[in-house]
Formats: sequence, structure tokens, C-alpha cells
Amino acid sequence: MINVNRYRCGYCGACVSVCPIGAIELVETWIEVADDCTECGACVSVCPIGAIEVPQ
Amino acid sequence: MTKTNKYDVVVVGAGPAGSITAKTAAARGCNVLMIEKRQEIGDPVRCAEGVAKPQLREHIQPDERWIAAEVKGSRIYAPDGTCVELSEDVSGAEVGYTLERKLFDRALASEAAIAGAEIRVKTRATGALIEDGYVKGITAMHLGEEFEVRADIVVGADGVESKVGRWAGIDTTLQPSDLETGAQFLMADIDVDPDYCEFHLGNTIAPSGYLWVFPKGNRSANVGLAISGDVCGSGKRPIDMLRDFVEERYPNGRIIEIVVGGVPASGPLDEMVTDGFMLVGDAAHQSDPLTGGGIINAMDAGKIAGEVAAQAISEGDVSKARLQEYETIWRARHGKRLKRSLAVKNRFVPMTNSDLNKLVHSVDGVDFSTMNLFEMLGTLIRKNPKMLFSLRKLFI
Repeated sequence: MINVNRYRCGYCGACVSVCPIGAIELVETWIEVADDCTECGACVSVCPIGAIEVPQ
Repeated sequence: MTKTNKYDVVVVGAGPAGSITAKTAAARGCNVLMIEKRQEIGDPVRCAEGVAKPQLREHIQPDERWIAAEVKGSRIYAPDGTCVELSEDVSGAEVGYTLERKLFDRALASEAAIAGAEIRVKTRATGALIEDGYVKGITAMHLGEEFEVRADIVVGADGVESKVGRWAGIDTTLQPSDLETGAQFLMADIDVDPDYCEFHLGNTIAPSGYLWVFPKGNRSANVGLAISGDVCGSGKRPIDMLRDFVEERYPNGRIIEIVVGGVPASGPLDEMVTDGFMLVGDAAHQSDPLTGGGIINAMDAGKIAGEVAAQAISEGDVSKARLQEYETIWRARHGKRLKRSLAVKNRFVPMTNSDLNKLVHSVDGVDFSTMNLFEMLGTLIRKNPKMLFSLRKLFI
């Protein structure tokens, strides 16, 4: 599952819009990631602030 | 599930699209609920806040409480610094006012309330109720408590991160290349021409996007940039590019707000309605793929969706076929222009700095004072027939 650095995140929801399986949700001021995340990395690539990582 | 409620229309999201939908449907006698997941409507802002004057006036009387600045025109800068100036009549289709979105969104929500819509903030949709293929309502959560809201029509106005569309069976997923991802600083105490918006082009400043400076009055401005989502992953992030720009351009400026966000740049969704359900605004990818502007398109969608919803409910038919009227009217009004914008964007994305310089130089000395954006692009195409060959049929 992806790691969201909540101290870096600007909770804009850009990552949510590109998730092909709808595994990400912007709740209010934080991102929740469902267990079915496939680590495809689409969200990592669009994050304007570099808050998301796929674990190595 | 502790409470069950029934409404004619439930609107998810209280941005411009949602509030206008709620206001319009309520004014036509519908029993409307609008929910907003944030505890404050209008905050945090995810917008450059530029809007065209005449189109805005079709929806709401401008009010100084939410207009931060009024501009006379725009300056477009090539990568080498060459500038083309457009008067307001020309660029007015994109910019005219810089809004204070926090207050603007609240003003629109207040209008929905005055029209009779019920509003609940800090209330998040958590799922859709689907029965016999129809969307019949939503589940929602407020302060940790989940409840059902039943409705004849559900309207998804939940922005770029839309979930209700997916729940209703409409795939709203964007490809990274179809999303402009950006960052913006509200900068205070900077030397900025209060009468002009600036647009800076170039692969160094904002690859496959642009950088903007929108004055907000009193020596302040929204300074931001957006780039294509697929470019973003392979290099610097928008926030880092923006920091580089402002350190050089406004070394003594102060950042008093950081904004980040994504804007759909795909062109509108192929389907915006299904049985008992409509999508409006960014959730339907209605923002302009070239400029990123989405406020007016979203407000128009809200107006049309609210009218069609009220009519459909009074007729007792909320089928996809009936609600399609909203989509048809909206497309007739915006479809052609957005299609052109997408074609222009797709042609501009692969351009090098030298291509962009050539384009701007080619119109050096041309008088744009009587042209709109469409005519200006037509002039660019005539002056650069080879480079812009693929666009000629759309403009000339």
C-alpha cells in the first residue's frame, strides 16, 4: 500500500482523481487508502507536493 | 444508521456547481438537501480565482465582498520574455475578476439556503443507495454518525476527487496526462501590476502547463502554476517549480497561503447522467482543458441541472433518458468550445521553448484589441500554418 506523508500532504484530492480502482479517499483534511491499493503509482506521479510514495 | 431522511434532490458538494444546483432546484419548489464534507464551505481554496465578468453576471450580481480585484487585461509571456498584451475584451473570456473564493462559495451557498435548500456541513457522502438500477439516495456521515438520505435525484458536485460518480456507475477516473496538477502561493507585499493578469509559457517555468499571476489587490496576487500530471512524476513537483520562480521574481514577497490541487483537463465526461443521478462541475470534468477555468462551466451546469431536476421530478420521470436533457443543453452551450480547447492544449503540450517563442514573435505588433481568444488563436494559426496545421479546421 502507498504511504501518504500527512505532514506534507495539502489534502487537495488530485491523487483520488487518478486512482484506477478508487482506493483513495479525501476525507476532510486527510487521505485514506483502502487495502485493495495495487501500488500502481498513478497518485505518486500527479501529487503536486510530493506527499505520496510507493514503499520500496 | 440512526436517521432516515427523504428529499426530492440531494446535492453532494457545496462548491459553485453544487450551490447553483441546490438554489435552482429549491427555487423551483424542490425539497433539497446539500451536503459538504468540509466544516467550512469555501475552504480550503483550490483555485486561481480568475473569472470572466459577463458570464459571472449571468449567475450572480457581483459583490465587492467577494471580488478581490478587477483587471483590464492579460499579458502572455513567451519563454524568452516576449510579451503579447490582450485587453479585457479579448482575455475577458478567461479573466476579469479575481475572486475571494472562500467568501464567494459561501455567498452562493447562502443563496441556495435563501431559496429554501437545507445545508449540512461536515457531512460526507459514504456511499450510494442503488435500487432497481436507479440511484435512490446516499449514505452519509456527520460527526462519526452514519445515516441514510433518500432522494429522487442525487447530484454529484463533489469535485475533482468525485466518489459519487463511481458509486453511481460512471467512471470518473482521470489519466495522469488528463489532470493538470498545480501549486499556488497567495503572495503579499509584491510589486505587481494591479490591472493585468500574467500568463507565462515555457518548458522551464511550467512544462505542458502555464504559470499565472492574478492580482488580488493591495500589493498581493495569486502566483501559481500547473503542469500535466504525467510530466509531474518524472521531474520537479509544481510546489518546487513555483518556489524557484517566486524566489527569483519576488525575493522579498511573503507567502500568506499555500494552495495545491488538480484540475481535470480531459474535456467533459462522455456521460454525465444515469438513472436518478447527475454529475456537475469538476466531477463531470467540465473545466476548460486549455485554461483550467471551471467556475462558469460549473455554474451553468448547476443552473441547467437544477432546472431539469425540478422538471423531471414534477413529471415523475427521473430516468437517464429524461435527465439527459441537462447534458444535451450543457454540451450545446460549452461542448464545441471545450473541444477546441482540448485540441489546442494537445497541440501546445509537445512544443519546445523555441516553438513557443516563435509563436509569440509571429504576432508581435498585431493589434489584438478587438479580438477574442478564438480570433486570437485563429490569427496565430494563420501566421504559423505549418506549426499549427492540425488546428486549422477548428479555427479557420
